Amino acid sequence: MDFKPCVNIRKEWDIVGARQLGREQAKEVGFGTVDQARIATAISELARNIYLYAGKGKICFEVINEFDHKGLKISAIDQGPGIRDLNQVMQDGYSTSGGLGAGLPGVKRLMDHFEITTEVDEGTQIHTIKWLR
Amino acid sequence: METTKLDLSNYRELLKQYLVKNDETALYEAEQFSKLSVKQNISPEEIIHVHIEALKELYPDLPREINDSLNFLLEAMISYGLALQEFQSLRIKQSELESEISVAASMQQTLLSTEKPEISGLDIGGISVPANIMNGDYYHYVKTKDTLGIALADVIGKGVPAALSMSMIRYSMDSFPESHREPSMILENLNRVVERNVDPSMFITMFYGSYNPKEETFSYASAGHEPGFYYHAEKDEFEDIEAKGLVLGATSNATYQQYCTHVKKGDCIILLTDGVTECRVGDRFVEREEILEVIKKNIHLPAQEVVDRVYQHFARLQDFHLRDDFTMILLRKEV
Repeated sequence: MDFKPCVNIRKEWDIVGARQLGREQAKEVGFGTVDQARIATAISELARNIYLYAGKGKICFEVINEFDHKGLKISAIDQGPGIRDLNQVMQDGYSTSGGLGAGLPGVKRLMDHFEITTEVDEGTQIHTIKWLR
Repeated sequence: METTKLDLSNYRELLKQYLVKNDETALYEAEQFSKLSVKQNISPEEIIHVHIEALKELYPDLPREINDSLNFLLEAMISYGLALQEFQSLRIKQSELESEISVAASMQQTLLSTEKPEISGLDIGGISVPANIMNGDYYHYVKTKDTLGIALADVIGKGVPAALSMSMIRYSMDSFPESHREPSMILENLNRVVERNVDPSMFITMFYGSYNPKEETFSYASAGHEPGFYYHAEKDEFEDIEAKGLVLGATSNATYQQYCTHVKKGDCIILLTDGVTECRVGDRFVEREEILEVIKKNIHLPAQEVVDRVYQHFARLQDFHLRDDFTMILLRKEV
């Protein structure tokens, strides 16, 4: 499967578009309502990060269909300023937006797989996967 | 009552029971269910999901709006679930930190422990209680051939940084040669150590006294430390032990004046930290007069009992939540 649908994130409104596309994909894969809601929330967090810190970027989706594995891969890609202190950003209790449960640690909890690469002044790439159980 | 199980059929039964009978028992069991869910890290959206499923089984023709509105609620609860998980992970982290600090505190206790010396004709009592886990006060008995030295120090500030500085004081003091055990000299040497090694924002006050049983004298010097009390047994009067001197670490070459007093039978030397004199009750500070009153009332007791009672008095006044580390030493010449 080569075709990867993506949603460009430039304004806050685009976050809704990304959620919507993500939810459709999640339904198609066969996720239940709870997981759909979790995936949508993860997309929101990723897209908000792009919107707030990078200005623009994109959220891409990929249905994974291996013979014993089915899931949805969500990638957030931007060419923004990058993250200077990744350890801090990935720590519980640290939040620029304030409040518990937000930010990248939240995304990590909502999804099953989480990887991030970031380069200062070059941008950030986050790949996450939710597996269908 | 059977244990609440977190599964759909159990929840469905509870819900059914409640919808039919509207009774308190079902609500009580729902409460148990809720508690168990928190314990097992079950997030609110999962409970709502179970609720929707149960409702659909009980009412297969659930109106679409109700179903959708519950899904809406589920979506709205997602962040609460995340917050719960983060809260729990922070709680684990906190207990790890706490156990680390308590290890450090017991290490500190070992490092700073001092044995009460047995000196005939001298009754000694001492108490030091930290406000938090680690103590920023410190006292130490130094027994030499002819004298008993008493060091008493207080770091401005509490907690771990204060406690670390105290260990430094202790070990620097151990390294001074016996010939340098005059109070003023000890403070001058320590002042240099503190000035060189401790952050300028941290101040240490210290009192060093040296009792000579043969000559029946008490010589002392103070680095900005809270004045102690001297009890004249003959006159039954108390007097402040005044001594001038800068706090440790303020300048590199501070000098300290040494004072000497003749100690008579029954006289007491009472040393304390400002955790005693600045103990706060509600909005007001306890006056020195008040402390003196409590000491006076107990001065007839053995030394250890006096300091214990004074501590208990002020701990009770503060509802057993000390706001500062509390340290007090009492020496009484018995013969």
